[in-house]
Parts: sequence; structure tokens; C-alpha cells
Amino acid sequence: MSLTRKSAAELGRLIASGETSAVEVAQAHLDRITSVEPKVKAFLHVDAETTLRQAREVDDRIARGEALGPLAGVPIAHKDVFTTVDMPTTAGSRILAGWRPPYDATITRRLREAGLVFLGKANMDEFAMGSSTENSAYGPTGNPWDVSRVAGGSSGGSAAAVAAYEAPLSTGTDTGGSIRQPAAVTGIVGMKPTYGGSSRYGVIAFASSLDTPGPFARNVLDAALLHEAFSGHDPYDATSIDAPVPPVVEAARQGDVAGLRVGVVKEFGGEGYQPGVVARFHETVEVLESLGAKVVEVSCPSFGYALPAYYLIAPSECSSNLARFDAMRYGMRVGDDGTRSAEEVMALTRAAGFGPEVKRRIMLGTYALSSGYYDAYYGQAQKVRTLIARDFEAAFHQVDVLISPTTPTTAFPIGERVDDPMAMYLADLCTIPTNLAGNAAISVPCGLADEDGLPVGLQIMAPVLGDDRCYRVGAAVERALAERWGGDLLSKAPAL
Amino acid sequence: MSAITRDEVAHLARLSRLALSDDELDHYATQLDDIIAAVARVAEVAAQDVPPSSHALPLANVFRADEVRSSLTPQQALSGAPAVEDDRFRVPRILGEEA
Repeated sequence: MSLTRKSAAELGRLIASGETSAVEVAQAHLDRITSVEPKVKAFLHVDAETTLRQAREVDDRIARGEALGPLAGVPIAHKDVFTTVDMPTTAGSRILAGWRPPYDATITRRLREAGLVFLGKANMDEFAMGSSTENSAYGPTGNPWDVSRVAGGSSGGSAAAVAAYEAPLSTGTDTGGSIRQPAAVTGIVGMKPTYGGSSRYGVIAFASSLDTPGPFARNVLDAALLHEAFSGHDPYDATSIDAPVPPVVEAARQGDVAGLRVGVVKEFGGEGYQPGVVARFHETVEVLESLGAKVVEVSCPSFGYALPAYYLIAPSECSSNLARFDAMRYGMRVGDDGTRSAEEVMALTRAAGFGPEVKRRIMLGTYALSSGYYDAYYGQAQKVRTLIARDFEAAFHQVDVLISPTTPTTAFPIGERVDDPMAMYLADLCTIPTNLAGNAAISVPCGLADEDGLPVGLQIMAPVLGDDRCYRVGAAVERALAERWGGDLLSKAPAL
Repeated sequence: MSAITRDEVAHLARLSRLALSDDELDHYATQLDDIIAAVARVAEVAAQDVPPSSHALPLANVFRADEVRSSLTPQQALSGAPAVEDDRFRVPRILGEEA
């Protein structure tokens, strides 16, 4: 079997035992990138020299007997929102074209220390705003199942790189579903940890009360290994939780759901849900029952208002966060001809540097925070946020985890929703409540929709710091479905 | 009735420091009107007695010891600047009239 088809856990073992080297594994993935990237376009930046230098350093560290983690020498792609000192970081925006950050994000620094090798920076919706990666200033990413369709978003490049075997692992960020939704539509695993469980330091901010970095992988155990490798309290992030990392790896190895109480969210279904998505979801519910889980229906009445609340809260925070792009300290500067004022240069630069979705959200947030509208929009949305957290709290008194489809539909064609922001926003209907409440949720593959043959994701939501439950249930579903399919879902994807 | 007028969008663009063309203002006025109409649904929720949440988790202020730590060098801090002069960020004029 080619090195690019192996799991991260297995690559880590083979490198540690000396059967292969970090350099060999990196080279195999760089070759795969060269061969499929013209179709997939998952990466914004690949630099073989930097990757191979990192790989040689890891091989040297292993040879010196340094104790590295289980993922030492394993390659990874990073969403281009994580700062990296040896690679440019653009957040998918023209305003940061070519920017070289002077420091590493906590997550990239920790992964370097653990011996992971960086393949490059993955494409994304500009400043993580979007559900299709079409809002990237550098063009859309193709879904490896059908490159004329979106790979989801905003972490579409990270998901596509893993689904296309260009990388065994990648990082993403999830503000309203930006890890889970692309994972679902590309047929891989994507996890949104508990808010504060993964550091935001060095992650270019979109909506600071919602942004949550997390892992992508082709299987549940690999995702758990990556989750564990970058998690833990970070004094550089004031919202980082100072508590032990939930036992995610152990849960992923165990995957036992006997006696577990599973709640099906009543509000997620009906109009707007594709029949093939609903069919695969119901089958998975039966699988869980056959494994001994007790499945009940649970009502979360405020979830129906999560989407409008989110599209007030997230743009409000973004309008404030993106004020830092002022053309003064870093990034693009336009129109500085010696006669214009700083304010004029700022407005010209922001108009030239930001794309349409970012401009829409900055203006929407500015509106929601305006005097006279604040109480009716932002204030009311914050109250809805409280009600959603209460719905979760009540539900987790009845059940151990909640489940739903990750997305209402499979991957849609590139271009279909790009001029219809409201239709685009619906892609995150099922994922947003978790961001508002700050709890944990994962998406794992649960089959292909009959009507289009494209992947469907199962979302598993757990309480705050109950991240291990997501992995436990995810691993159980993964194991049962692999038996049924005779392999993993990705093995059914057409060759690129 | 529209939720937002073109003049209001022009005002928002000024507040947001976005120099938009007339065509862009027309385009965004239509789209923002649709979006605001949709998000205004939050008003349907009876929430008079509900406290607002600015954050997902209950968090108290976090303090750290006031100790000197290593930080960026001036060269690192200026490395991405559009214009630099004498180890400082060089910016366009910030006052309305030349002195």
C-alpha cells in the first residue's frame, strides 16, 4: 500500500520503528500533491524545500533518541489561518497576500515540537467566512469526489487535502461549522473541540467567542491523536480552559456505545433536508441501536433561531476584529500617494483587499451594533444564545450525546449559491447551535446519498469538555459501517 | 418595506472604512436587505427575562504575573509593514490639514 493511503497512526509507527523515514513519507505526499493538485486546488502554498528540511530535522531528532509523540514525522496541512513563521499566511485574503507572520500560532508551535511535518497552507473562505471555500481570494477548492462541486467551507482546503490523500491530517477552524461541514461533504472526520479546549493564539480572528481550532483526519483515531497533540491550556489565550484534555484517544480506541443514551434532535429534519441525507441518518440511528445505544427523540426548541442569532453575533464580532486591517502595520496598502489621509488610504485598501462576503459581514455587524439597533439585533441575539445553551443543558440531562445530520444536503455545485448569501448560510443550519453554546461536536462519514452518490456526515454533539464522547460514538459508528461497506467510505471515491 | 435603505448602506460603508463604488452600494443594499429581514426573526423569541450571553462559557477575568518576557524584536514587528522609516511604522498623514 502506498504511503499516502496509510493512516497517521500507522505512519507514526512506521517512522518510529525505522521502517520508513519522515523524509520518505513527506516526499510521497509531495508527489501526490504534484499529481492531483491541478484538479483539487486544496493548497494556497506548498514549498517542498521547507517541508523536506522539516522532515530531515525530525529524522535527526528521532535518530538522536528524542522522545517525540505518536505523530512524529507525520505530514500535516494547515488551514491558512494559522500563523507559521516559515510559510506565508493569508487567511484566503488579498489583503494579506504574501504576509510572513513573525510568530507561530500555539497550535503550529506545539505540532512542530511533536515532530509533525508541514506540507503547506490550505485554501479557505476569506477570513473563514463561508461554507464553500468559494470566498477565497485565490479561487475555489474542488471536492475530491467530484471536483465540479464544493469541498465545503470555510476549511475546504484542509478537508479536500485529506480526502484526496494529499495529507493524512490537517488543521481547521470551526466558527459556525467550518470543520464539520467540509468534513461531511468530503467524506472524512472533522472535530470541533469544546470552545477554549484548543488555543486561538496565532489564529487570525473572525468571531472570537465562537472560533474553535480542530482536527481533520480520514479516521476517528487519527483525529483524536491530532486533537490530543495540540490541546491543553495555553496562557497566551485568555479563553483557554485550564483543565485536563478529555481522554479522546482512549475513547477513540474503545468505541463502545452499549447503554449510552443518544438523543436525536427533533428540530433538525423536514423541509430543506435532502432525502439521501435523511435516509443515511436514519440507517445510522439503527446501527447505534444495534450496538446497544438507547436512542430517544429530544426537542431543542430554540435551535430554530440559532441561524439568525449566529448571523448577528458572528458579523458583529467580525466587524470589530477586522478593524485591525488598517493598512498601517502589515498587509496591503493602497492609494498612499502622499496627498491622501490615513483614513482615505484605509478605506481604499479595505475596499481593494476584502472580498464581497467579508464586506457584507463587516457592514452587517456594524449595523447590528449601531446605536438604535443594538438591543433589537445584537442584544436579542445574545439572549437567544442563552436559550440555546439552556436547550443543550436540558438535553444533556436526558441523554449523553445528541445526533443529527451534519449538513442538510451533500456538496453543491461550485457557483450555485455564490450570489445567494442566505442559501449559502443554510449549509450551517445543524452545526451552528454548538458554536453558540461552546460544547463539542464531531462529524463522521455515514454513507453516500442515493440521488448523487456523495458523502453524508453524522454529527455527534457532546457537553462542554465531553469531547471524548464524540470520539467514542464516532469510533463505534465508523467500525460498524466499515464492516458493512467492506472498507472505509473514501475507498469508494472515484480516482482523481 | 425594505429593512435598510441605500443611504444607510452608504453610511455603514463609511463607518466600516470601505470605499465602495455606486454599483457595489446598490448590490449590497439589496443583499443586506434580504439578510437583515431573515435575521430579524430573532425578534420572534420571547426573551424579556433572559440574560444575554456574550460568551459560550462562564469565564472570569484571567490574570497573569506581570513579568518581563521575550517579545518580538523591532525588526520582526516591522517585517510586514507596508512602509517603514527609522525603525517605525510610516503612515499617511493623520490630520485634516498640513501644518
